[in-house]
Amino acid sequence: MQCPKCHAAMHTYNRNGVQIEQCSGCRGIFLDYGELEALTRLESQWVQQAPPAPAPPAYPAQAAPAAPAWGAPHQGGHHGGHHGGHYRQRGFGRMLFSS
Amino acid sequence: MLADRDDGTVVRHGALVAKAHAPGTDPEEHRARLALAAHRDVDGVFLPPLPLPGSGSDALDGRPVTLWPYGPPVDPEDPDDAPWEEAARLLALLHRTPPPPGGAGRLPDMRAPAKAALAVDRMRRTAPDHPATGTVLDAWRTVPEAPAPYRLLCHGDFHLGQLVRATRPPAGPEAGAPVDAPTAWRLIDIDDLGLGDPAWDLARPAAWFAAGILPPEIWSRFLGAYQEAGGPAVEADPWGRLDVPARALTVQTAALALAKSTVERRPLDEVEEVMIDTCARIAGHRTG
Repeated sequence: MQCPKCHAAMHTYNRNGVQIEQCSGCRGIFLDYGELEALTRLESQWVQQAPPAPAPPAYPAQAAPAAPAWGAPHQGGHHGGHHGGHYRQRGFGRMLFSS
Repeated sequence: MLADRDDGTVVRHGALVAKAHAPGTDPEEHRARLALAAHRDVDGVFLPPLPLPGSGSDALDGRPVTLWPYGPPVDPEDPDDAPWEEAARLLALLHRTPPPPGGAGRLPDMRAPAKAALAVDRMRRTAPDHPATGTVLDAWRTVPEAPAPYRLLCHGDFHLGQLVRATRPPAGPEAGAPVDAPTAWRLIDIDDLGLGDPAWDLARPAAWFAAGILPPEIWSRFLGAYQEAGGPAVEADPWGRLDVPARALTVQTAALALAKSTVERRPLDEVEEVMIDTCARIAGHRTG
């Protein structure tokens, strides 16, 4: 499939049972009919399942470091579980040590 | 052989490391950079070069050659153990050192902004048809052409591969110290050092953090140690000074990923994809 905006190839990914197409060029995302609704449904399920807010920590949590406007989403957020998820990958290992 | 790349060939023989610098290295600029690394004002920051034996030429096929003591590098398998704080303190110390008089006039610009531009040129040459090239170029257009007007000592190409442990000089038989015991961390690689805006030396870790691949704790440790050591590259709001260089380093990393993966006929790995995604966000925030 070709991206309607920049005409580069689009690749299909499956995220939690929802098929999305992402453009390898402009990184835009294409959703099929019904997929937006599927995403909305998944989101509301997730919100319902979310545990009650945790008790305030005994020590003040360290403030998340500031990030630029173009930084990765969720930066410094409370759901930053994926943040740094690439840290242990070989690709990043190479990047850390090369020009 | 430790490395053989476009930018130099490095060979080790026991306790010695010899580097043949890149063809086309400007001999005058090279001598000024080497003199700085040997200067006592940056003793404790840079690994000092060793004198070349004999009185022969210091060039091989027109390429300058330098000689260094071997020092163990950071273990690439264990980035958690990397000396992030020590690296930050060394950079702060370098940035705070006034350019030595006399040599300062001859010391060239540090090459970090030029290297970003070269990476984009290389991508344009080798990966003009890659679908993500346009995205990287869009991000590159947000980076101002003129670098900020600072004239401080900078490394010019800082990453974790630019740190080694200095070893004590071999002790005489009467000295009880173990021979070649590693001591403190030092910076290596003089090819890009010079005068400029020190924020570029923090830009790689800043870009990795902004892309979401360097954990915030590690970025905080690195930046905190730099600020604590009185480093002049950032002010109270660190991103005021880091924003442009971090964007440039994101573009540089993405451009080299496209150039290399195209030549090697391989797909981008997941981390390289993240850098392209970050370029797309930079391009999207161009007015912001």
